[in-house]
Amino acid sequence: MKFFISILLTALLSYAICLYLPWWWIIAITGFVVAFAIPQKAGLSFLAGFLALFFLWAGLSFWISAPNNHLLAHKISLLFIKVDNPILLIAITGLIGGLVAGFGGLTGRLSRKLFTR
Amino acid sequence: MRILPLLFSAAFTIVLIIILNTKLVVPAPLGALLSPQHGLWQNAEPADKNFSADLKFPQLKGKVSVYFDEKLIPHVFAAQENDVYFVQGYLHAKFRLFQMELQTNVAAGRAAEMVGEVALKHDREFRRLGMVYAAERALKEVEQNDTTKSSCDAYTAGVNAYINTLTESTLPVEYKLLGIKPEKWTNLKIALFLKLMSNDLAGHDNDFEMTNAKQFFSKTDFDLLYPLVQDSLDPIIPKGTIYAAPAMKPVAPANVDSMYLNKGFVAAEEFVKPNPANGSNNWAVSGSKTKSGAPILCNDPHLGLNLPSIWYEMQLSTPNFNAYGATFPGSPSVIIGFNDSCAFGVTNGGRDVRDYYEIKFKDDTRKEYWFNNQWKQTTFRIEEIKIAGKASMLDTVAYTVFGPVMYDKNFNGGRQTNNKNYAVRWKAHDKSNDLLMFNLMNHAKNYNDYVAAVENLKVPGQNVAFASKAGDIAMRTQGEWPAKWKGQGDFIMPGIDSSYMWQSMIPQNEIPFQYNPERGFVSSANQKPTDSTYAYYLGREYPVARGLLINKRLTAMQQITPQDMMALQTDNYNIYAEELLPVLTKQINVTMLNADEKKYFSILRSWNLRNDAASVGATVYNEWYKKFKTDVYDDEFAKAPKPIQIPFESTLIEATIRDSSYKFFDDINTTKKETLADEALKSFKEAVVVLKDLETKGNLEWWKSKDTRINHLLKQPAFSRMHLNMGGGRNMINATTEDHGPSWRMIVSLTAKTEAYGVYPGGQNGNPGSVYYDNFVDKWADGKYYSLWMMTKEEVKDNRVKWVMNFSN
Repeated sequence: MKFFISILLTALLSYAICLYLPWWWIIAITGFVVAFAIPQKAGLSFLAGFLALFFLWAGLSFWISAPNNHLLAHKISLLFIKVDNPILLIAITGLIGGLVAGFGGLTGRLSRKLFTR
Repeated sequence: MRILPLLFSAAFTIVLIIILNTKLVVPAPLGALLSPQHGLWQNAEPADKNFSADLKFPQLKGKVSVYFDEKLIPHVFAAQENDVYFVQGYLHAKFRLFQMELQTNVAAGRAAEMVGEVALKHDREFRRLGMVYAAERALKEVEQNDTTKSSCDAYTAGVNAYINTLTESTLPVEYKLLGIKPEKWTNLKIALFLKLMSNDLAGHDNDFEMTNAKQFFSKTDFDLLYPLVQDSLDPIIPKGTIYAAPAMKPVAPANVDSMYLNKGFVAAEEFVKPNPANGSNNWAVSGSKTKSGAPILCNDPHLGLNLPSIWYEMQLSTPNFNAYGATFPGSPSVIIGFNDSCAFGVTNGGRDVRDYYEIKFKDDTRKEYWFNNQWKQTTFRIEEIKIAGKASMLDTVAYTVFGPVMYDKNFNGGRQTNNKNYAVRWKAHDKSNDLLMFNLMNHAKNYNDYVAAVENLKVPGQNVAFASKAGDIAMRTQGEWPAKWKGQGDFIMPGIDSSYMWQSMIPQNEIPFQYNPERGFVSSANQKPTDSTYAYYLGREYPVARGLLINKRLTAMQQITPQDMMALQTDNYNIYAEELLPVLTKQINVTMLNADEKKYFSILRSWNLRNDAASVGATVYNEWYKKFKTDVYDDEFAKAPKPIQIPFESTLIEATIRDSSYKFFDDINTTKKETLADEALKSFKEAVVVLKDLETKGNLEWWKSKDTRINHLLKQPAFSRMHLNMGGGRNMINATTEDHGPSWRMIVSLTAKTEAYGVYPGGQNGNPGSVYYDNFVDKWADGKYYSLWMMTKEEVKDNRVKWVMNFSN
């Protein structure tokens, strides 16, 4: 249960804060904060942060890209990864968000361990 | 020991963020770019995006309504004159901000600020050319005139109003990719943009190349290679026109033969110059030649093909004027278009208005130079060139009476200047308010208004065509041109006194023009403006082919419709091939050919002389001609100092037709004396080798071997349109080459209700993530046109109106 709440909370917080702040890496801090507040096994904290932002970023980019008929994603994927594959670009987007928030979460969980015995 | 994993994890997180937020490890800040709420995804515009909006800006004096049609072309209706320019600036910025910033920074020699050290040489070249100096002087003139000052102020305010709305996520995609932010717009940037056009159109010179050629070749050879007049020239103002006696006569210095025509070499490497194909076609026919009885005006300016396009289409309407056409993002007013009374279009004048003078400095400090028998002070302009990711560079440029010393010991721009110093005298350095021409043209109601408008255009000089609903047609070879003595400025000139300086400008009342000529049409295609009876020296480099064919066609045409004009504008007929091919094929003895060669020869025999997209004959001819030209000239040019002027295309073609014993047919490296027949056969056999290779690769069709593309401004293939299936080529009316061609095709029939057509290779929205980014390209490549809609206020309910943007204060 904690695991799913962590995922949901990390995703929601990240989404809401990014509406107002111009710093994308704030997702590491939301991962950190949620993992600090909701203690779980370190591995699960990482996974919760990772999955939250993987689904948030992949989901959002797909949601934005679909009405665009993936027009820009075709071009950007050619530009960045030299293959014409919007879905791969969406997956990479999710992966990047996931990794940053995941490690934010892991750091949050390990920080809390300093204060508890 | 709990702290260790924590430190490790925290450090790893921070390093990961740094990697993804910078270009230190990966080539792009991937985290910032792929964040769906900040980065590139935000630029993925929904295909059905709603562009309607209600906007308030206190800078406005009244209401402005903008109706976007289904092509995303805005029809701007403003109650107050200057509000229309505010909204023009706002819309240019909304749809084209990045290109405006890039182009004006390129103009100002500030490209390295955006893209790094790779642009440093360009920046130094442009600073030393005095681009900013020229723009500052132009701006002074612009701001001394109430009309241009108020329109520029409003335009600039509009651009900045849009820039102020931008956030991290709404920045254009190129800003995100380069990691830069937009800079505030200024009136100086408008002036800079116009100077960039001046450089493109009035910045072409061959002084270094011609100086080398003059030294290397004998006088006889020089005249054969670089003739002053082409046999086939059909000038803009027809032969036989009588010109008034000139008010003044420029006098060549007494020592011209020793000081000027027999100077040493200026060895140099290759360097970047404005594309010599920056040409254009325009013509207007009077009602006597059209089916409707109303004049028709046509224009297609040939420029570098880019995405986003250099043009942005719009309608500007106020109580004082109502104009439609192609506008420059970066400048107010309609540049090429029409209003309710008349139509106007331009082609490049192409005269040589940039000359170099050799300067003698007293010493290395460059503080004094020898001029008119004494040491004269230079003034210094210190240029700070910022470089992305590096420390700035300071470059001190010395200014003389001629202009800035462009090349000296500190910078040679790729030219091996042998420690000589060259000052540049460029017409674009002189004061002028060229912008006023476009403002007045938009308002023009008749021929007199047109003349009053065009006289403001000093540089870049243009052949301005005009047609009106009153039935008038006209053409002025407009510009403020230096009155040169014969040969002045063809080569680098001595700069130790005033004897070689430009002496005066040709008075405006001696500008060659045509007004309602008997032949029923006016036309220009960058050919020489007049025959040799005109009193002033006009230089030697002008293309002749397009003008020749256009005049032939227009002379023959009657009962012309706009559809006939479309066929003419997109005509792929190769007039040079018509002239040269029979002469060359006559020289070929078919028994000397092998099977492959015979095959290609018979393709050529049945070729219809048109460079249509699917034509194979066009490719065969083109490869043959290229080899022929190389074979004829390469032996003589191999030992010449570089760079050297390659003879103009018309020179070889005319010489071959005229003279089968043309001196240069002989290969000087053999004892045998080669003839035209030898050169023709040799080059054909060489061409077949290339053709077989093209055939293996499946690239034999003309469009594939030509390979037209439209590059994104940052040269990113993913944002460009490559491999366009289309015909045309150099020296054809449809002058579409590899990356250059008709940047806007327009046809305006001045019937009671104007009937106009147009298309440009791009789209209204500069965002590569928009469906309106390149949606005109296919139609343009096909040679098709859109109907241009001069909307009236009564048509706001018309179903072509898709979105409405309301501006108020």
